[in-house]
Amino acid sequence: MTDKLTAKDFATSQEVRWCPGCGDYAILKAVQKALADVGADPANTAFVSGIGCASRFPYYIETYGFHTIHGRAPAIATGLKLANPDLDVWVVTGDGDSLSIGGNHLMHALRRNVGLKIMLFNNEIYGLTKGQFSPTSRVGTRSPSSPSGSVDSPVSPGQFALGCGAKFFARGVDTDKVGMSDVLQQMHAFEGAALVEIFQNCIVYNEDVFASFTDRENAANAQLHLRHGEPMLFGEHNGKGIRFNQQTWSLEVVDATASPDQVLVHDEANVMLARLLVDMRLPVAMGVIYRQPAVSYEAAFYAHHTTQMKRTKSVADYIKGPSSWTVE
Amino acid sequence: MNKNNDIESVVIRLAGDSGDGIQLMGSQFAVSTALSGADFSTFPDYPAEIRAPTGTTFGVSAYQINLGGGPITTAGDAPDVLVAFNPAALKVNLPLLDKGALVIVNNDTFTARNLAKAGYANDPREDGTLNDYQVVAADIGHLNLEAVKEYGLSKSEGGRCKNFYALGMLLWMFDRKLGSVEAWIARRMAGNPTMRDANITALHAGHAFGETAELSASLSQIKLPRANVTPGEYRSITGAEALALGIAAAGELADRRVMFCSYPITPASPLLHRLTHLAECGIGTFQAEDEIAAICAAIGASYGGMIGVTSSSGPGIALKTEAMGLAVSAELPLVIVNWQRGGPSTGLPTKTEQSDLYQAVYGRNADTPIPVIAAATAGECFTMAIEATRIALRHMTPVILLADGYLSNAAEPWRIPALTDFEPIASNKVPGTDEGPQRRAFTRDPNSHGRAWVTPGMPGLMHRIGGLEKDIDTGHISYDPANHQRMTDLRAAKVESVANFIPDQAIEIGPDSGDLVVVGWGSTYGPIYQAARKTGVSFIHLRHLNPLPRNLPELIGRFDKVLVPEMNHGQLTTLLRDKLCVEPVPLNKVTGQPFLIRELVGKIESLRGNAL
Repeated sequence: MTDKLTAKDFATSQEVRWCPGCGDYAILKAVQKALADVGADPANTAFVSGIGCASRFPYYIETYGFHTIHGRAPAIATGLKLANPDLDVWVVTGDGDSLSIGGNHLMHALRRNVGLKIMLFNNEIYGLTKGQFSPTSRVGTRSPSSPSGSVDSPVSPGQFALGCGAKFFARGVDTDKVGMSDVLQQMHAFEGAALVEIFQNCIVYNEDVFASFTDRENAANAQLHLRHGEPMLFGEHNGKGIRFNQQTWSLEVVDATASPDQVLVHDEANVMLARLLVDMRLPVAMGVIYRQPAVSYEAAFYAHHTTQMKRTKSVADYIKGPSSWTVE
Repeated sequence: MNKNNDIESVVIRLAGDSGDGIQLMGSQFAVSTALSGADFSTFPDYPAEIRAPTGTTFGVSAYQINLGGGPITTAGDAPDVLVAFNPAALKVNLPLLDKGALVIVNNDTFTARNLAKAGYANDPREDGTLNDYQVVAADIGHLNLEAVKEYGLSKSEGGRCKNFYALGMLLWMFDRKLGSVEAWIARRMAGNPTMRDANITALHAGHAFGETAELSASLSQIKLPRANVTPGEYRSITGAEALALGIAAAGELADRRVMFCSYPITPASPLLHRLTHLAECGIGTFQAEDEIAAICAAIGASYGGMIGVTSSSGPGIALKTEAMGLAVSAELPLVIVNWQRGGPSTGLPTKTEQSDLYQAVYGRNADTPIPVIAAATAGECFTMAIEATRIALRHMTPVILLADGYLSNAAEPWRIPALTDFEPIASNKVPGTDEGPQRRAFTRDPNSHGRAWVTPGMPGLMHRIGGLEKDIDTGHISYDPANHQRMTDLRAAKVESVANFIPDQAIEIGPDSGDLVVVGWGSTYGPIYQAARKTGVSFIHLRHLNPLPRNLPELIGRFDKVLVPEMNHGQLTTLLRDKLCVEPVPLNKVTGQPFLIRELVGKIESLRGNAL
């Protein structure tokens, strides 16, 4: 490719059919831009999705795309990655697709460390089936299937990922262009399974469910943007910081100006710290929360395979078995 | 038992505890039988429990082998010889024998405790239970321990040699050479020279025991004729081995690598195990987290340009159903092997049945036709794996290959084919037109309706596929009513078109018209063949079940009656009624055991009696 592609080159001819104002539009733009920024080769890129609003995504990206069945995208993407480890394989999924019907496949893709870029659009609701509570919905969510409020405890995507042995977990907000751009590029550069939880606003069935920390007026005081090796500062003029409370084994907010030496420095390779960060409610941790490079599944699969998946022998070499005899 | 030495074939059944190594002993006996030129067929019959409590009737494992001059196509009806390693094995297997059969029992295990576990109130050796049989009560355990004493083994280590002692006895009885078994022991136990030598000693001691005067009164050596078979090079093979080799051959014929994705399940797992040894043929094996992931990974591999193959048994196939629909919709090639077992639900995991025919032909949501083929014999699993792949790539469709638990484990002599006997497997090329990539990916061959196999990584051909209905030409999402009609028609026409590429149905044996034809499919081939041979009726065996061969209506129309024996409740009967508007007579057996020849002969004779 001689000319550098732009975000526009990653748009398809298909009319985008999400609800007007849906957070998915912003994510689509962010991904198209990220693909251009990292210099992705469209022919060598494939988007695999399951079922749900988020999973329509591949139809709108000018790369290879496979819109599959509910919950199974990680399994199909695993097969694709094994068949062609050089492909850049992205998985697009939602909270219902990946943590309800497809929880098993997400678990195994993460613990195997298959080289997939997994974008989990979390809107804490089922959109395509018209608004039922999802596995990430908070207790008491009123929906057509829970008119008096849901009683299920929600799953935390971050705790789920870390519990499965994920080697990369990050977070972003649909409308945060800067944050999303950074997170997507870091995810893209990771060799193994990289999971990004994207807080995505469903304006029809769960509007403003994340507003307490995503609204422009709240964002500075309610989001902590993590950078490896840098102090955990947030708030106006970075006046607040995060420290570790040794009595309660938890994270808490500290006045960064008064006690700068108490502010934690982010270590993205520390899984214990990551476990505390994903549960933090105020502020909400954004960016790369955990990254621990490790050999990807496909690399291990090929390295372990006797011939690295090449055909070096004919079946004729095996067909006779341990012993044969001739009938004259 | 027939004491004359001119018998055509003999059926031997070895039975003991599931931990006794019965299956191993049986398969070694099969190999030495083959090497001596006899035809044979085997039937491993083992419990679902890995190590059931010793001495119990539900822990009894058995291995039946039918050997002789041939053609041998079944493991035989009633055993002529039963070797019972304990009272429970005798209790379970004695009802299978005809009067006069030879029963060899291992005296050492007939203790009060074992008799009680087997449910014998009295010792069957003494209370008249065995009056109608020839009985050889040998102290196999004791004699074996004496034979291997010199190696200073513990009692349990020494006891493990008793299988080879008993095998030595059998090999003497049937005039078989010890060489192949000896070589096998030497190879298998190379790391443990003491056990190797002890087992070889036990083998020779058992052989000598048969030969010496000690048993000559009751055991006369039986000489079987050599089989009258087509010249060529042969080996012993199970269905799982043949299917694994067939998949490797298909990959080679198509010049594509193979990704085999499966989840362990009885009786399908042997195929996964076999394929791990064929890595050098360009085969990868992926053990998925569940049945659904297994088929999905195989679909992903096919999407990526490898031949995706998955394998399971009925319950696992049920879980894969939704993903089969995806492969149909996305028009991707895929081979799905079903090793059928007894059901419903978990059913009889280790017993055979052919009750997933409805599931294969009809068992999906919506109008989702898939080609279905079935292997008749263990050896035929090789050719059918090639055939399944050929259909999958030509028509760009998933294909279901039906086998069963019996075929997976049963061994038979197999004439080794040359790969050059098979046509290369072609895949549909990408059209070099000026059309956009989405159209080019959905350009279909006018005869097979198979689309071009465009895979990610190909420059300039980026396109989208999926499970949503798509426009018949552009491949873009389409909810257009007329288009859905056309796509549904197309999917039906595609599967129907398979019939234009397969050979006409032939009659296996018997006249080409008459009062009665027996129609079978799958692993019932063996007993039906023998029953037809004995009664002189015609026999048609189906390998292609969806679609059926084009000439089948005409062929079946030449007969007054159609008998369909099946190990299910009448599924091929329904299929023939549906597709050919014939009214077959069903013969259904669902005991988890293969048909006996005499059961089929009885039915044929009663039908002909009515006809005359």
